[in-house]
Amino acid sequence: MPKREDITSVLVIGSGPIVIGQACEFDYSGTQACRVLRDEGIRVILVNSNPATIMTDPEFADATYIEPITPEVVEAIIAKERPDAVLATLGGQTALNCAMALHERGVLEKYSCPLIGANVQAIQLGEDREKFKGVVQRCGAESARSLICHTMDECVAAAAELSYPVVVRPSFTMGGLGSGFAYDEADLRRIAGAGLQYSPVTEVLLEESIIGWKEYELEVMRDHADNVVVVCSIENVDPMGVHTGDSITVAPALTLTDREYQRLRDIGIAVIREVGVDTGGCNIQFAVNPRDGRVIVIEMNPRVSRSSALASKATGFPIAKIAAKMAIGYTLDEVPNDITKQTPASFEPTLDYVVVKVPRFAFEKFPAADPTLTTTMKSVGEAMSLGRNFTEALQKALRSMERKESTFHWSGADPQPQLAELLREIARPTDGRIVQVQQALRAGATVEQVHEATGIDPWFLDQIALINEVAEVVRSADRLRPDLLALAKRHGFSDRQLAQLRGMPEAVVRGVRHALGIRPVYKTVDTCAAEFAALTPYYYSTYDEESEVLPRERPAVIILGSGPNRIGQGVEFDYSCVHASFALREAGFDTVMVNCNPETVSTDYDTSSRLYFEPLTLEDVLEVVAAERAAGPIAGVIVQLGGQTPLGLAQALKDEGVPIVGTPPEAIHLAEDRGAFGRVLAEAGLPAPKHGTAYSVEDALAVARSIGYPVLVRPSYVLGGRGMEIVYDDETLATYVTRATIASPEHPILVDRFLDDAIEIDVDVLYDGQEMYLGGVMEHIEEAGIHSGDSACALPPATLGSAEIDRVRQSSLKLAQGIGVRGLMNVQFALAQDVLYVLEANPRASRTVPFVAKATGVPLSKAASRIMLGTSIAQLRAEGVLPPHGDGGTLPAHAPMSVKEAVLPFARFRTAEGQNVDALLGPEMKSTGEVMGIDVDFGRAFAKSQLAAYGGLPDSGTVFVSVANRDKRAMLFPVRGLVDLGFTILATAGTADVLRRNGIPVEVVRKITERAGEPSVAEDGRTIADRILDGEVAMVVNTPTGSNARADGYAIRAAAITADVTLITTVQELAAAVQGIASMRSAPLEVTSLQQHAIALDLYARHPSASVVAG
Amino acid sequence: MTSLLTQRDPAVLVLEDGRSFAGRAYGALGQTVGEAVFSTGMTGYQETLTDPSYHRQVVVMTAPHVGNTGWNAEDDESRRIWVAGYAVREAGLRPSNWRSRGSLEAQLLEQGIVGICDIDTRALTRHLRERGAMRVGIFSGPAGDARPEQLLERVHAAPQMAGADLAREVSTDTAYVVPAVGERRFVVAAVDLGIKGMTPALMAKEGIEVHVLPAGATVEDILAVGRSAGQEAPDGVFFSNGPGDPATADVSVLQAVLARRIPFFGICFGNQLLGRALGFGTYKLKYGHRGINQPVMDRTTGKVEVTAHNHGFAVDAPTKHDSQTPYGRVRVSHVCLNDDVVEGLECLDVPAFSVQYHPEAAAGPHDAAYLFHRFTDLMERHRVTGPQDLAPGRETPQLLTEEGHH
Repeated sequence: MPKREDITSVLVIGSGPIVIGQACEFDYSGTQACRVLRDEGIRVILVNSNPATIMTDPEFADATYIEPITPEVVEAIIAKERPDAVLATLGGQTALNCAMALHERGVLEKYSCPLIGANVQAIQLGEDREKFKGVVQRCGAESARSLICHTMDECVAAAAELSYPVVVRPSFTMGGLGSGFAYDEADLRRIAGAGLQYSPVTEVLLEESIIGWKEYELEVMRDHADNVVVVCSIENVDPMGVHTGDSITVAPALTLTDREYQRLRDIGIAVIREVGVDTGGCNIQFAVNPRDGRVIVIEMNPRVSRSSALASKATGFPIAKIAAKMAIGYTLDEVPNDITKQTPASFEPTLDYVVVKVPRFAFEKFPAADPTLTTTMKSVGEAMSLGRNFTEALQKALRSMERKESTFHWSGADPQPQLAELLREIARPTDGRIVQVQQALRAGATVEQVHEATGIDPWFLDQIALINEVAEVVRSADRLRPDLLALAKRHGFSDRQLAQLRGMPEAVVRGVRHALGIRPVYKTVDTCAAEFAALTPYYYSTYDEESEVLPRERPAVIILGSGPNRIGQGVEFDYSCVHASFALREAGFDTVMVNCNPETVSTDYDTSSRLYFEPLTLEDVLEVVAAERAAGPIAGVIVQLGGQTPLGLAQALKDEGVPIVGTPPEAIHLAEDRGAFGRVLAEAGLPAPKHGTAYSVEDALAVARSIGYPVLVRPSYVLGGRGMEIVYDDETLATYVTRATIASPEHPILVDRFLDDAIEIDVDVLYDGQEMYLGGVMEHIEEAGIHSGDSACALPPATLGSAEIDRVRQSSLKLAQGIGVRGLMNVQFALAQDVLYVLEANPRASRTVPFVAKATGVPLSKAASRIMLGTSIAQLRAEGVLPPHGDGGTLPAHAPMSVKEAVLPFARFRTAEGQNVDALLGPEMKSTGEVMGIDVDFGRAFAKSQLAAYGGLPDSGTVFVSVANRDKRAMLFPVRGLVDLGFTILATAGTADVLRRNGIPVEVVRKITERAGEPSVAEDGRTIADRILDGEVAMVVNTPTGSNARADGYAIRAAAITADVTLITTVQELAAAVQGIASMRSAPLEVTSLQQHAIALDLYARHPSASVVAG
Repeated sequence: MTSLLTQRDPAVLVLEDGRSFAGRAYGALGQTVGEAVFSTGMTGYQETLTDPSYHRQVVVMTAPHVGNTGWNAEDDESRRIWVAGYAVREAGLRPSNWRSRGSLEAQLLEQGIVGICDIDTRALTRHLRERGAMRVGIFSGPAGDARPEQLLERVHAAPQMAGADLAREVSTDTAYVVPAVGERRFVVAAVDLGIKGMTPALMAKEGIEVHVLPAGATVEDILAVGRSAGQEAPDGVFFSNGPGDPATADVSVLQAVLARRIPFFGICFGNQLLGRALGFGTYKLKYGHRGINQPVMDRTTGKVEVTAHNHGFAVDAPTKHDSQTPYGRVRVSHVCLNDDVVEGLECLDVPAFSVQYHPEAAAGPHDAAYLFHRFTDLMERHRVTGPQDLAPGRETPQLLTEEGHH
């Protein structure tokens, strides 16, 4: 059946900010959906609060709403746009939950815009655990025995019936949030207690433990004619007990016979039919008992998921794209297979390679968090790799992590003496267990012992043992013979690993290898194991005989991506890479993307002329460059868009004769090296905070005393603010230096004067050597000292005058000139006592580039990529890529205000004791994603950003205030504002005194550390934490106060996180919140699309009478 | 600790057009020649190896890891391994599966199957895709100690697949009966042209008592099956899959079945024979269909099924319109959506139908299992209404729609 004719417009709901469990895979799926729908002539209306996504670029939809994904806001969009249908299955759990809320409020019915893809009933059947059990039963399959509970008493009784250990799963949460294993009643009370809170319907499910079973996933597609195909099978290397998102997984499933696999397939198909997903993709998870093959259906998602993105990249079958086509009426056989073009999509991909996905964690950012992996997802990103066998794919995936400790190694002493300890350690799944497993095998553990300890299938363990054996052969050989080199390469050893084994430099290994002609070949991902010719150049490297790279004629630009998502390097960088690819293809280049992150748009084979799914190490990149050099002319390699990962390769690539376009590596060095950067600043006459370098505690104390406290300290080589702290006194400084020096003795400590009470300013600029285009000036809401990635900011700057913006512009220009930037540069300034200090400059695309682009409607990354290839800003203005006049620093007075807010993952992480980790911001970045609020003034934009990030500011109720002494003066005005808005104020004694003396009515509550009998108004003896947990408080304001009051503050903040109460930890944010609350009161919330904003702003002078259109 | 880095002898795979792949010996040492074909299934090597249709073929596995789940007691499709040779990239280290009774390589050794591993199977597959199926030899051990020209000569000396009459080589010597599961509803004479074990097993589940007859079975042998059940003729006749060129086969027995209007169902080779019996030609595909992911459309329902294929030949029948044959009108009921190859025939005026692919799966998806039900439905209707104008599927659209959910 062809396309439905009754659908001419569709509202696509996105997934909002990047959070753990829901990352940029939904940008990939949503972007594909938007493209498909528009290609079909359908008007696409999009809502997504995340400005860092490709999908929210105005060109991907007819009306793009960067607005909070809440039922109220989405209803307003529906009322305004009147779409024929709503597509919510491509925006993760956020979109699905929003769609269900719209249904429950009768919005879908009222505006007659039904859900397409999965209907309401199917979503309920798939998501409601009890109903889903019925589905499984009707399909003739088994679920784990389980009981639904709504209270703690029910939980305790249920656990007794099922017998411990039991699994706790809260209903309607995403990424397994709040779930875990309870081995006894204490565990149960802790996990189920939190689970009941997380669940929007106060419901948890307790079920029998199937920990240690084999875990599988099938990706299934269905069309409305009831054709069903299984796109991909995925097997988890980590058995049941570890969330799939945190497991190392492999595709296809490797340890099932056909009979067993077909049984899963039959169940999967029966389930999708029984659930009644009309069209689209689903994933179904199974547990298989390794002793007898008993199959248990764990769950299904009636939507596109993280695994769908992985499966799409693993097979070349674009699930989201096909799902979008199915949703508007096509059947699978009517849609061609993109890769072969000749054959239809109604088939099941077959792989002639092995795919391994490895998760990337960020426990180093949350030292207090328990790193044990459980059924709650904790990883922040992932890398995928392909190889012609498991060993190759696994080793490539591990080195894609870009962490030294993530790869197998054979260094150090014989681990044999630690065998017993290793075997004990590997029983607990953690980040890096796979390396411990390898070490245990290296230490002499048998595969059986390791299987016993970990539950990992012996098949995988044999493969790791094989890697060890190859390593031993390589290590003990008299010389690195060609056959050994070839053998090692075949099993995925990097030149670096071989160098370690042979005790020689990596470059020498590479030289020997090249001299021997042992080079990778590139095979094609073609969905069909070479049965049909593939037309899409989607390549992966392997050590085999025949290469499939096709010759080409146009000059190619190789774009290095950003690798696995991590805190500090996420979707924002992918955004810039993708834009560069689009812009350069348009400008007549072939673009070649190199990346290993399966969640991204950049690794969609549609994005670039060619895709190499490869790790971003020097070795892998050099081989890609060599292969492409052999294929045709190369215009250059872009390193400045993918974040720190490619930037770190710049010099080494250049040393190997690879042409780097844009800012040259020497210039990058000028910005990155502290000494060199100091000279640039001196020459430009720009001030920086006083600083010094210390190699010892004595040095550090001397520096700190000379420049004055507080000081910002950090190791000399850091990423994302890693290890940074603000120190106020000698004692803390001494402790820090001792700790840091032990951590990295070869690196000194950098000590900077910390600018208290400074306004932090961020700018993104383009520079072509002649002219600078100021993309935008962002004023941080939090003062300097909070990592820029974690602080909220406003664009245009909310309180800066044109004179200040002009200073920012002049300073930026001097820096761009002094460094020698060609392309993008991000500069952070601090404005203190009217001095504009330069904090740092990064000659690359920054995290804020997509936000600036959305806020001003100017495609900065596209322009940057063109500048790198030699086009001038003047030419780009003439072409219409950049506005003809002015820039982001000269926005007209009627420009809308945009606020970016960071989204933090504190609720995900627990200490080993089960407490929340502390929710404090600092110089080390901790956020996983961001949202944007855009509206006519700061207050409204800020309110929207809070609504999008955290569910919104309270409208009324009680606010608890406890601030540090230094914040007490600044607190007065906003707290008075809260009282004027009708809020009741609670405060601890010290804060309350100040408020009362200033005529602000306040109720005093006792601190947690105050003993009974001390001043306390809570007559029942409850502490403030108790009252927060009991839901009496609508907002918590708690600013950190040095180390003494830290414990108190921690308990209060933890309570706020647990109770999901708005938590404000800086006084500046409090002021913004009061403005936000006030402006929400003044008028109802309105929605405006980016396209409307652009017409009103009219930077490109295309709409002569535009300024009246806004609204 | 025992070494996982198995010491293996060198081996070489030589194609008839002169291209060769150097690898290492897998399974038995020695020499083998046959037709090189590639199979794209990612699971089911045990079923594939024991599928008689692969007789005299050297199977190249596109899946890189082979042998992971070892060899078990349940999944054989016939009494032995039939492939002439086996080419894989990664030979399994040791099996890991609760049903495994030993390793794949031990079976290959025991049954004397010469194989090769550590070759670029994708390059080989691409070569076969571009140049077509061709003869190939695998040489290892003393057999490999020869100059390349000599090895190539040995490949050229092997017989071609076109023109090969192989069904008798793989068929059962003596007839046997697979009893119906539960109540016996039908008696069927199944001519074994290389039958897979799953086929009679699935028929038996439909209440069919399956009398498996050797490849040379006569009309009299077939009718005798009916008489054994007290009928004039069996309720149905089935022709199985099997190796070789259908052009070499005698279709007079099948023509007699059609003339007598005994309900007929054919699979694979059986489909090709029905085609020839009806007067259509058969031809050799460039490189065949071998895999378990092939999309086939059942034109009677418009539904797509993902199916198991293993065929190098196909029926040459018009797909756009019905054909007139000596047995009345015939329609192409199933086509492969990848390349529009005829995948099924449906006689509109006599009770006969067949498919080119494998509803018995093993290995492969179960999407087409409804065809066994369609066969019993045909036999049921034939028995109830007598030998009139009966054709499978056409008159029973409601039933068929429901069948899709089986």
